[in-house]
Amino acid sequence: MADHSSVTDGIHYHQHDVVIVGAGGAGMRAAIEAAPKASTAVITKLYPTRSHTGAAQGGMAAALANVEEDSNEWHTYDTVKGGDYLTDQDSAEILTREAIDAVYDLENMGLPFNRTPDGKIDQRRFGGHTRDHGKAPVRRACYAADRTGHMILQTLYQNCVKHGVEFFNEFYALDLIMAEVDGVKRVSGVVAYELATGEIHVFQGKSVVFATGGFGKIYKTTSNAHTLTGDGVGIVWRQGLPLEDMEFYQFHPTGLAGLGILLTEGARGEGAILRNASGERFMERYAPTIKDLAPRDIVARSMVQEVLDGRGAGPNKDYVYLDCTHLGAEVLETKLPDITEFARTYLGVDPVVERVPVYPTAHYAMGGIPTNNDAQVLSDNETVIPGLYAAGECACVSVHGANRLGTNSLLDINVFGKRAGNNAVAYAQTADFVDLPADAADGVVKMLAQLREGEGTESVAEIRKALQETMDRNAQVFRTEETLQTALADIAALRERYPNVRIHDRGRRFNTDLLEAVELGFLLDLAEVVVVSAINRKESRGAHMRDDYPTRDDVNYMQHTMAYRTDAETGASQGIRLDWKPVRVTHYQPTERKY
Amino acid sequence: MAESEQKNENSAGFEREAETGDPAAQADAAVEATTADAESAMSSSGTSAAPVDSAAEAADRPVEAAPVEVPESFTVTLIVRRYDPEVDDEPRWVDYDVQMYQTERILDALHRIKWEQDPSLAFRRSCAHGVCGSDAMRINGKNRLACKALVKDFDISKPIYVEAIKGLPLEKDLIVDMEPFFDSFREIQPFLQASGKPEKERHQTIAQRERFDDTTKCILCAACTTSCPVFWTDGQYFGPAAIVNAHRFIFDSRDEASQVRLDILNDREGVWRCRTTFNCTDACPRGIQVTKAIAEVKQAMLTGVKL
Ligand SMILES: Cc1cc2nc3c(=O)[nH]c(=O)nc-3n(C[C@H](O)[C@H](O)[C@H](O)COP(=O)(O)OP(=O)(O)OC[C@H]3O[C@@H](n4cnc5c(N)ncnc54)[C@H](O)[C@@H]3O)c2cc1C
Ligand code: SF4
Ligand code: FES
Repeated sequence: MADHSSVTDGIHYHQHDVVIVGAGGAGMRAAIEAAPKASTAVITKLYPTRSHTGAAQGGMAAALANVEEDSNEWHTYDTVKGGDYLTDQDSAEILTREAIDAVYDLENMGLPFNRTPDGKIDQRRFGGHTRDHGKAPVRRACYAADRTGHMILQTLYQNCVKHGVEFFNEFYALDLIMAEVDGVKRVSGVVAYELATGEIHVFQGKSVVFATGGFGKIYKTTSNAHTLTGDGVGIVWRQGLPLEDMEFYQFHPTGLAGLGILLTEGARGEGAILRNASGERFMERYAPTIKDLAPRDIVARSMVQEVLDGRGAGPNKDYVYLDCTHLGAEVLETKLPDITEFARTYLGVDPVVERVPVYPTAHYAMGGIPTNNDAQVLSDNETVIPGLYAAGECACVSVHGANRLGTNSLLDINVFGKRAGNNAVAYAQTADFVDLPADAADGVVKMLAQLREGEGTESVAEIRKALQETMDRNAQVFRTEETLQTALADIAALRERYPNVRIHDRGRRFNTDLLEAVELGFLLDLAEVVVVSAINRKESRGAHMRDDYPTRDDVNYMQHTMAYRTDAETGASQGIRLDWKPVRVTHYQPTERKY
Repeated sequence: MAESEQKNENSAGFEREAETGDPAAQADAAVEATTADAESAMSSSGTSAAPVDSAAEAADRPVEAAPVEVPESFTVTLIVRRYDPEVDDEPRWVDYDVQMYQTERILDALHRIKWEQDPSLAFRRSCAHGVCGSDAMRINGKNRLACKALVKDFDISKPIYVEAIKGLPLEKDLIVDMEPFFDSFREIQPFLQASGKPEKERHQTIAQRERFDDTTKCILCAACTTSCPVFWTDGQYFGPAAIVNAHRFIFDSRDEASQVRLDILNDREGVWRCRTTFNCTDACPRGIQVTKAIAEVKQAMLTGVKL
């Protein structure tokens, strides 16, 4: 289905029934549903196969019960408990029920899963996934060595090629156009910047799907790619739409110390053990039943606690060890080959014979653009914006609550990516295009001109570094009112400097200097929302651990944070209004979280 | 909101006392010391050693802890082939001196140039650990991923030369037009073709799965194709990456279109032009036996696919 496009006043205009922003797992899973049924455009700032879904290692959860007894009800329970009871339980039920078909879909599309001796999809253990409500770890993660995300991304791209999906590669979406029709706010299109030429493109769409991934680059030590700057979440935020649960940011326990490069939890699933400086298996003290396979928030905190208590390893006692030495070369080379190589290449440490220095690394945004179970974006606690969808890490359904379980995100992008694609098509088949306002591209043109032509002296790289450092120091695994206020003040100071950034590349073609400045703007906006939401939640729950409020407080805080941008800026700070949204509870009442 | 006990414990073991000094400050120091920044890594973590009360539980196995060297910085000269089509008639080589540490990579050097010296330098990168395929480039004449090329593996008494990969149209600095490369990939029908829809998964034995394991690792970085002398002289040649991806399906027991792909490759002498120079295998950052894969595809054309 051809792209209908025209050029007016130097701006390119395109029209498609469905416009998808992002070509990671979520965006391409949506495209595979949409493209065969409606004219579909996928706008992506990276070539699809370079999306960060490809970095995912360990696996995708589904209660297939291929290797031992399992049920999706157990999976739901684990997801709710893992999320520290902030998970919306009806959403989690959908996630775990549709997990099974999501895995079969991928296998049928060609994904080369590892196999059991009888030829079925093999499954491995992962943190927080248990048999019969916490009795013991269960084999639920379907995997392809330690490159499951790579195989998902490749398989989805391959199927997009098969369906002739139309991609606009290295196009950066920078704005969302909405308009009121009969008093209802509806979606009209997306404005994008073409990296190769510097030209502006307006994509009119009946439905628009955001699938732009996470924003790990607000932190310094992170498993996230340089390109994960939260553009989509930032675009939606700037439209005055709410963001949900932004204070819940997950730190993965096992990043390579000092680098943040991830070593999958699948390593612990295969039997690797965390040890402190003296060699003690310290997780036995924090989670006596499932030990090293406790959920990530608990393991990450335990590791930091060990370091704070002086039991860290290394010259500065500032990391712990992941011990894989007893797994043997065979397991490491066949089931965990990539991470074995990462440790060798980047730390010069051979996991076959040496313990690997590890420390928590910023990993995953539980929060994001609020959606309902149909992947429709919400403008408040209930109201949907007709035609606007979000899925994947940029969205918050919320299936992950206060802490995502490993292997539930690759699942999320497939289940809710598919739902987003299907629903976007269904909507496009009944709806009309919403007229684009004449000035649709003006906001982006003006923003870029201001940045490109500014005569300031500030460096994008310096501001970004300062932001990442204060976030690492003050809004990481443990937080207090004081550290968060420090972060907030630092962010305000950086926001004040931001308008004076200097772009050195004044050209049009492949101006990555300009784009890094734009991305920094999104990072600054989102970091502030994270910190303000974190200050407001005076309890500890899941990944949000307040040292000054160390317990969970279900009476006051068993609800989602909803942050709105208002016009009430003060100085460089954005106006942010906070509200709450109830958690949807079906079967599981909150209880103390013990493992 | 659900009625439940107030003040549940967040989880076992995390009740922390207020009087243990200033935990936030300790957290600060600990976090600072784990950053990739070598300066802060050298600063003291500020935590005092507590007696380890569980020495008895210490690991029974004598295992080497990784040795940690104190990072030392040194100056590296990079000579980068720059080209801005809006300004330059011809590419030009530009020198940069960069402070580097042992454990760093060429990508870090390029970032240091971009972020501290000349922000106009253009290159692609994303994951920074060798899994996305964005930053294949020619480094001292060999195709590498910048994010996997460790500075310590080069002779730093001499300058390191960095330029764009060869054989694809140069766009700007280290960026080339990738479309011809992806066109070749798309031409070999890189998707599973199997009839019927099974109720659950298609079955495959461990051995059948192993048969094409190597070629599933490809990240489409183009390092192989753009190191191939045949590709340089004949842009029509499919190139090793397309053949690797054809191999991935030709030898997949679930696929039914092997012959179609073999015919496509045969048609334009796809595989026969390979002169087995092994450049591609040397270049592949994923360690794929590219030349072997090509040989297996050639063999399959002659004798059929053996699964
Ligand atoms: C190292 C690592 C390992 C992981 N391992 C696992 C695991 O084992 N199991 C698991 O379940 N989860 C894992 N995760 C989490 C999971 O991989 C991610 O959450 C998930 O892949 C996100 O997919 P996505 O489609 O939402 O986003 P991404 O794959 O990040 O894709 C984002 C897309 O948006 C596009 N985009 C962004 N901004 C713009 C813009 N402005 N304009 C146009 N396009 C834009 C990008 O080009 C890209 O195509 C891991 C994550 C990491 C970092
Ligand atoms: S075969 Fe290797 S070098 Fe070639 S594109 Fe694939 S990963 Fe890159
Ligand atoms: S940046 Fe991803 S492979 Fe190098």
